[in-house]
Parts: sequence; C-alpha cells; structure tokens
Amino acid sequence: MSLLEVDNLQTAFHTRDVIVRAVNGISYSVAPGETLGIVGESGSGKSVSQYSLLGLLPTPPAKVESGTARFEGTDLLSASPAELRKIRGGRIAMIFQDPMTALNPFMRVGKQLAEPLLLHGDLDKGVARKEAIQALNDVGIQDAEAALNRFPHEFSGGMRQRIMIAMALITRPALLIADEPTTALDVTVQAQILSLIKKRQEELGMAVVMITHDLGVIAATCDRVLVMYAGQVVESATRTELFRQSAHPYTQALMASMPALHHEGEALYTIPGLPPDMTRPIPGCAFAPRCAHAEPACQESAPTLQAVSPEHETACLRIQSGSLTRAHLHAETQV
Amino acid sequence: MNDSLLTVNDVKTHFQVKRGPFYKRQHGVLRAVDGVSLSLREGEILGLVGESGCGKSTLARTIMRLLPITSGAVTFNGKDLTNYERDALRRVRPEFQMIFQDPYASLNPRKTVYDTLAEPLLTHDIVERSAVATEVGRLMETVGLAKRFVRKYPHEFSGGQRQRIAIARALALRPRLIIADEPVSALDVSVQAQILNLLRTLCKEEQLAMILISHDLGVVRHMVHRIAVMYLGKIVEQGPASDVFDHPRHPYTRALLAAILKPTADAAATLSELVLKGDPPSPVNPPSGCAFHPRCPWATAECAASTPPLIACGEGHEAACIRLDAVGATVPK
Ligand SMILES: Nc1ncnc2c1ncn2[C@@H]1O[C@H](COP(=O)(O)OP(=O)(O)OP(=O)(O)O)[C@@H](O)[C@H]1O
Ligand SMILES: Nc1ncnc2c1ncn2[C@@H]1O[C@H](COP(=O)(O)OP(=O)(O)OP(=O)(O)O)[C@@H](O)[C@H]1O
Ligand code: SF4
Ligand SMILES: [Mg+2]
Ligand SMILES: [Mg+2]
Repeated sequence: MSLLEVDNLQTAFHTRDVIVRAVNGISYSVAPGETLGIVGESGSGKSVSQYSLLGLLPTPPAKVESGTARFEGTDLLSASPAELRKIRGGRIAMIFQDPMTALNPFMRVGKQLAEPLLLHGDLDKGVARKEAIQALNDVGIQDAEAALNRFPHEFSGGMRQRIMIAMALITRPALLIADEPTTALDVTVQAQILSLIKKRQEELGMAVVMITHDLGVIAATCDRVLVMYAGQVVESATRTELFRQSAHPYTQALMASMPALHHEGEALYTIPGLPPDMTRPIPGCAFAPRCAHAEPACQESAPTLQAVSPEHETACLRIQSGSLTRAHLHAETQV
Repeated sequence: MNDSLLTVNDVKTHFQVKRGPFYKRQHGVLRAVDGVSLSLREGEILGLVGESGCGKSTLARTIMRLLPITSGAVTFNGKDLTNYERDALRRVRPEFQMIFQDPYASLNPRKTVYDTLAEPLLTHDIVERSAVATEVGRLMETVGLAKRFVRKYPHEFSGGQRQRIAIARALALRPRLIIADEPVSALDVSVQAQILNLLRTLCKEEQLAMILISHDLGVVRHMVHRIAVMYLGKIVEQGPASDVFDHPRHPYTRALLAAILKPTADAAATLSELVLKGDPPSPVNPPSGCAFHPRCPWATAECAASTPPLIACGEGHEAACIRLDAVGATVPK
C-alpha cells in the first residue's frame, strides 16, 4: 500500500500571454517510511510538483490541470482549502531551503512550535509547551526551555533549520516534503540535519520526499529517486541502480557534470543547448535536442516511463527499444 | 604584495546586538568578522569556506564596502577604500561586483530581464545607447539564458534561472573583481557546470579576480587556486587549494572535509558518522582561546587559554592551531 499515489499530475502557469506547462503529467508513489529523492534540471518542476499537492501555489496564475493525488484516503488535488489546511502542517509537513520563509521573525520560537498543535489537536497550553520542549530536544537543541523564549534570528542558520524541522515534525506527520533543506548549509551542519531527519523518520515511521540537486545528498539519504526533466519524470530507480546503472541519457549527463569526476583545471562536462520552451508542446522526447544519443525517431513520439527492471523505469525510447544499452550509455558519457 | 589587486588587512566587522526581553535587554557585540587578512592577485580565484554563520557573507559585504568596517583596511587596485564615502565609492563600484547568495532578494521583481541588464549598462556608460539591446543579448547568451526570456519578470523564472540573470547583471559592468557568494547553490549540477566553466574562463581570459564562497567543496576544489577556511569570524587555515584539500591541518578543516557526501551508491551507511559533535558557538559570546576547542578532539587546556595565531605549515600554507604536530597532516579517513 502506498502512502501517497500521484497520478498524471499536470500543473500550468497561465501568465499574461503564455501558458507555462511546468509539470506535465507525472505519476509516482511514496510508500510509508521510505525516502523518495527528486533531482533534475533547474526549472524542471520539482518544487511545483510538490507545491501543487499542498495547494501552496498562487492561483492564478497556477492551475492544476489534471491528475489525482491520493493520500490516506483523500484526493489532495480536489480537497477543499479547509481540508488541505488541516492536512498541511498536520499529516503532511514541509520544510524549505530558507528557514526564515517558514519561521515568523516576530514570534517567539515556543509559540510557533505550539501553534500547529493547538490548531490541529485539542491540547491545552501546558501540554503543548511540554511537547514543544520535547520537539526541541529531539532535534538536539540544548537548553530548550530558554530557547522557547527566543526569536528565530537569535539562532544560527543550522539551528534555525533544526527549529524548522522540529516545527514540521511536532504533529508527527506521515509524510515530510523537504525542498532543498540543506542547500544553504555547510557540509558539517548538512550531515547533522540529514542524520536528524533520518533519525526522526525512523522514530516516527515517516516517509520523506527529498528535493535536491546535490547527488551526494541523494546518495546519503534516498531509497528511490525520480529524475525530472522539463516537467516530466524521465527516470525512476532505486538509489543503487541509479548510481550503478542509470538508464537515461539525461541522468547520465547530469552525473558526468559533477566536479568530483574531473581533473583539476579541466573544463566541466556540460549538456549542450538549452532546456526546452515549456510554453510549447514538445512532440518527442523533451531531451532529444540536447541528447548525445538521439536518433530522428526520438523527436517523433513522446516517450512514457517503461520498466527496464523490476524497480527501474526509464522514458528513453532507445533504451526501451534496446538500440542503446545501459552499458553503452555509461561507456559513452564516462569522463 | 605589490602585484595584489585586493588586500584585506586585519579587518573586523562587529555588529551591536540586543538580546533578551526588553526589561533585561543586554547589549552585546557580535564579532561576525574578527581580524581577517588576505590578498588576491589579478586572475586569481580564492575559495572562502566555513561553517554556516562564520562570517563569510559579512566579510564579502565588508570588502564590497556594503557594510561599515569596524577596523582594519581594504585596499583595491592601490586605492585604500577604507575611508571612501558614497560618491567616491560609486565611481569605483563597477570594478568590483558581487553575485549574491539569494537571487530572489537581489533582483527587482518589477523589472524585466531587459531592464535589469540594460540599466547598469546605461548608468555607467558601458556601451552606446544604440548598442544596449545587442549587449543585453550577448550577456544573456554568455550565461545561457534563451533570448525569448528577455521581457519576463523574475517571478516567472525558477531559482536557477534567476541566478543566471544575477550573474549576467554582475558581468554587465565588466568588473575586475567578482565576489560570488554561493553563486551556483541554486542550480542543478549541469547548469552549475556551465556557470562554473564560464566564471573560470572569465577569470583566465580577462584576468578577473574572484572570491568564491561556497558550501559545495567539490565546486571549490575544482574552481579555486587558493582556499581560506573560516571559523567564527577568523581564518583558521589557508593555502594552495590542492595542498589544503590533500593535507588539511586544522582540526576544523579536517571535520569539514570529512563531512563531504560522496555521490556513490553505498554512501548512505556513513551519514551519522560524519556528524561533528556540538553546536557552532555563539559569535556574541565566543569560547576563550581557540574558538574550536569545545568541539575539537585534540583540544587540551592550553587551547582554551589563548587565541592561536596562523602558523606556517607548508609553502604558502598556514593554520591557526597550536597542536598541528599532534593533529598530523594525513587525510582523515
Ligand atoms: N509564478 C510563476 N509564473 C510562471 N511560471 C512559473 C511560476 N513559478 C514557476 N514557474 C515555472 O515553472 C517551472 C518549474 O519551476 P520549479 O520551481 O518547480 O522548478 P524546480 O525544478 O524546483 O527548479 P529549481 O531547481 O531551480 O528550484 C519553471 O520553468 C518556472 O519558470
Ligand atoms: N546585520 C547584521 N546584524 C547583526 N548580526 C548579523 C548581521 N549580519 C550577519 N550577522 C551575524 O553575523 C554572523 C555571520 O553571518 P554571515 O551571514 O556572514 O555568515 P555566513 O558565513 O555567510 O553564513 P552562511 O554560510 O549561512 O551564509 C552570524 O552570526 C549572523 O547572525
Ligand atoms: S529518447 Fe532519445 S533523445 Fe531522449 S534520452 Fe533517449 S536517446 Fe536521448
Ligand atoms: Mg525548486
Ligand atoms: Mg552567507
């Protein structure tokens, strides 16, 4: 049984003169307790795909055009704003790159922590306060009692991120959506935050959707990974398969761009060309114009995700047809 | 020293802060940057790394003269900028540009890409009025933005695309020094690679000097000639990049390098082992002696007694630790 089941989600922005098809029919599921990573091109719709589920996009211009998103018996995409508000910050929590967007600068940390409890449960203030202290202890903030009375700016960036996590997890959500949670942090604090999320995940049995463009973060935290390009999922694989034998030229090119794989002073591998114009329909594979392996047929029919092995799907037409093997794909893009 | 483009000499940037509830409010001094010296030659790329909140951005803004200097001196191209006032600063400002960490905050939401890029070109007479449109097109191409975006507003772009606009705007003024504060942290790896290649080429071909601030040590290692590691407002280690990466000497540098996450299939197991114990100290109330001592596995009583100076430990390589011999020079596993 999956916890979240997203089917054919399409989200577009209706701007003054054009329609931007930011998310173009994606389907995926998240099992209870698992960590699903989302990587992909900047602007490929990673954030929009998640914000769509929680009703966090400005409407207009954003509009969910089609799809369903089943979460614990509710279709999030057709839920009323009131229902969504209840789920958000209740059964589903979200954390962002910048904790200051989530924390209220003028409210003491203690009050902010207790708020979702008072909103979602019917606890009295004393109990809420105890829970708030516990939540801060759980994320490793020392002297939690005193911390309750302080304002967000009185903490360091890493501590603020931990307070945001405490706030997100205080309602014991079943699903945590984390959008680039450690991008702004140094690697020692990043390791601290990620292992904290993992520890709380194990304690609460919670599932996590981890949006990041850091393949190191993916490697350290995720069970399965979705790779997005131009509003679509182009590959879906377990972490191990993704790193050992990815099955899409875009994924392979992305990995080849990592500085770690280059010699000092060597120019970094880059993908030629530009991402497609998302205001126009894309006839074939969206990656075809930039793909080192594209054939004329790639421009003609739009690929869908197909399995290459039990837990591994690709939208590459050539891998699907067998005219391009994974071994060849790897050999070709090796730097 | 004579051929350096930028010299930063014992710079301190302190903030007055108020803490606590109003009835027992304490006034404190937050030592965001506390005695930093460095220098940069034309065409040189210096990496500035360190814990979140250690003062990297504050140092950058101080060098840019966007923040008042508490003490010390900043010399750029032979001119002592320390006491420059607004008008004088405005004249030299095009020569040093900054790319900010947060493209959301640094772009004007009411300006199209065209206006954002055309304005500096016009105000500073970079090109003839008739050539502005062409130059805007060239800048967009340089950073890999399609020309069809020219009439769009910042909110219509993804985080990554916005950062490219910010970079194009900095390049518009043809600066000699760029301070890039997390310039690629909002970008996916392949777009990152384009921007990094671009910045490197600019530094090489136009002799542009750059200070690169980044938490991505893979990026830093690839890009920079020299690296400076900061901890709580001070430089604790600096030296040639390859030397510092292969033979880190300061215990904090070692902890930092050990926490790099490797993008490989079996990295997941190691996460919890990477965690550096304890919290970053408060810059208002810093630990005595070496600020790292409460978290340092090598610390002795002596470490808490006095602030260690930078000690030479290799060709152009120095570290501020009194126990360098005990710490050793091998790469931590
Ligand atoms: N308010 C808006 N109006 C028009 N287009 C928008 C708006 N918000 C987002 N978009 C577009 O939707 C697309 C997807 O954006 P999204 O923020 O999901 O990208 P992302 O994959 O999260 O990228 P990044 O890695 O840069 O955060 C982008 O092409 C962006 O330009
Ligand atoms: N205007 C200000 N007033 C008071 N304190 C400030 C101000 N700006 C920064 N600080 C404090 O100075 C210290 C250094 O901050 P700075 O932003 O320079 O760190 P950083 O190294 O850039 O961190 P990060 O990696 O998170 O960007 C922090 O403790 C911060 O809270
Ligand atoms: S379908 Fe064709 S163009 Fe698309 S990724 Fe596969 S080979 Fe490349
Ligand atoms: Mg995003
Ligand atoms: Mg900073």
